[in-house]
Amino acid sequence: MKRKRMQLLSIPYVFWIIGFTVIPLLFVFAKAATSPEGDATFGNLIAIFDPVHRKALFLSIELAFVSSLVCILISYPAALIIKSSKIRNKKTLQFIMILPMWMNFILRILAIQMLISKNGIINHFLTAAGIGRINIINTEFAIVLGMVYDYLPYMLLPVLNGVLAIPDDIIEASKDLGADRFTVLTKIMLPLSLSAIGSGITMVFVPSMTEFVIANILGGGKIQLLGNVIEQEFSVSMNWNLGSGLSVTLMVFVLLTTLIFGRGDSDKGRGFVI
Amino acid sequence: MKKTIAASLILIISSLCLLPGCGKSSSGGSLTVFNYSEYLDPEMIAKFTKETGIEIKYEEATTPEEMYTKFTSGAIDYDLLCTSDYMIKRLIDEGQAESVDFSSFENYKNIDPKFAGYSKSYDPEGKYALPYFWGTVGILYNTKQVKAPVDSWDVLFDGSYSGQIIMQDSMRDSFMVALKYLGYSLNTKDENEIREAAELLKKQKSDVSSYLVDEARDEVVAENAVMAVVYSGEAYLGNEYNPDLEYVIPKEGSNLWIDSWIITKKCKNKEAAEKFLDFLCREDVAEANFEYIYYSTPNKAVVDSMDDEFKNNPAVVPTDESVGNCEIYEALDADTTALYNDLWKEIKSE
Repeated sequence: MKRKRMQLLSIPYVFWIIGFTVIPLLFVFAKAATSPEGDATFGNLIAIFDPVHRKALFLSIELAFVSSLVCILISYPAALIIKSSKIRNKKTLQFIMILPMWMNFILRILAIQMLISKNGIINHFLTAAGIGRINIINTEFAIVLGMVYDYLPYMLLPVLNGVLAIPDDIIEASKDLGADRFTVLTKIMLPLSLSAIGSGITMVFVPSMTEFVIANILGGGKIQLLGNVIEQEFSVSMNWNLGSGLSVTLMVFVLLTTLIFGRGDSDKGRGFVI
Repeated sequence: MKKTIAASLILIISSLCLLPGCGKSSSGGSLTVFNYSEYLDPEMIAKFTKETGIEIKYEEATTPEEMYTKFTSGAIDYDLLCTSDYMIKRLIDEGQAESVDFSSFENYKNIDPKFAGYSKSYDPEGKYALPYFWGTVGILYNTKQVKAPVDSWDVLFDGSYSGQIIMQDSMRDSFMVALKYLGYSLNTKDENEIREAAELLKKQKSDVSSYLVDEARDEVVAENAVMAVVYSGEAYLGNEYNPDLEYVIPKEGSNLWIDSWIITKKCKNKEAAEKFLDFLCREDVAEANFEYIYYSTPNKAVVDSMDDEFKNNPAVVPTDESVGNCEIYEALDADTTALYNDLWKEIKSE
């Protein structure tokens, strides 16, 4: 009896997932498998092999990969520092780190645009100091910068939780047994926090790979990611079939990433919640 | 427990009724109006409702393509729609527009008769579209950095301002620049001419600082770029913010655009829709809308009563000779559109 009532609680979620995930996905699949005239075709799925689309896909993967890597390189040392710090209230540190997420992400990207644009604030200071200018706006570098800025908290949180969850006893024990700091890091810390890094990668890589807004704002419309191609197919070219086909291909890559990096972190239950 | 469930159900249902559409108002009906964003003084909507009792549900979009997509998806039944010439043509061709007897309007006489000529390409008999704003596409440039006067598209392609120019992030507008520069019609369906234009745009890409739409003007104002391809309406405001900026319609010609209103076939209250269009033609309303965005108005009554400062500004009131080489966009056929799409993607991935 009680269980039945509990099941009732899932009704809103079931409706939500059917209405906003399952049905739209079916539409996307249906569009992807047909031509604009309505005939069944594989053309929209094969379209990814078109040189222009392939290039956009590879660029998306490349930038997402670089962003994820930079996020790890920033997050992991930060997590180690927090773990070893004497500060008692580590929650406060964590809180400070996710503070940027309190602001809308497009606003943050626009702020970056202001900072790095040709006559932006950074160049203003650099010229005043006689150093010269940096020209990074409208480049791939600017896009990576934006992605890292936006998605860093998604890496930082799981990594921090993962590192903090490693019991101090284990580290003490390994030190007692003669492990130096490097061995502790590579043989104890990293393996024990691997699943946390994995879930961090999933949460940074996936949105980065499907990104098109950051690419538009910081890339000045000059750099075309697969997300931009899909957006163009839907909003300008109005070829929803091709757009859906490319979306499905992108979904496959997203799924692959989740399978590769997202393994095994659900059963560990590190209590990581956004 | 059961009571709580029942109570929460009632709560949910009653809150659903608060969503628009459930509680219909009883006044003079309502109209769903679809327009470009920031293209109409919101106070005029309030004024219309106050004068006629007709409620306006106002929806906005940024590009004609977005409008078309939303309109044809059928999720919302738009009664009135304001969009660009070639999209108007497409909607008329597809039988989506309702014919209107403009001569029955009290204020139609305010519209400059020359627009009947301009609009021939998309509304030959003049029975569907009501011109709302119009203008040209040209180059907005900074006279401090560009010493020689600009009068040709050449300045965008000769590499002299490499890395400092902004193109429109809009397929049609970017191709238009290249086609006109090459001396072709911007409505050409000749594949070779279009491919030649695409090659030119590809070659030009390394000189382009960025492809933008709405931000193009701001970037020139902030002096992040020396020149940009912009709509004439943007040029006026750009000059207000930065007096060093100058607008020119290149001598090779450009695009002359007219945004017009149509009443859609889905409209259930044509009388109210006509009232709204008539209202927009009224001098005080057209003037308020003009002063809201400073695009060129086809309303002769408003133009006649303008200050000289406006009248002599080609970005606000284009002269007949400056638009002599300009063409209005025609809707492209499916094959040409597909070619444009593919080439545009190639340019962007270069």
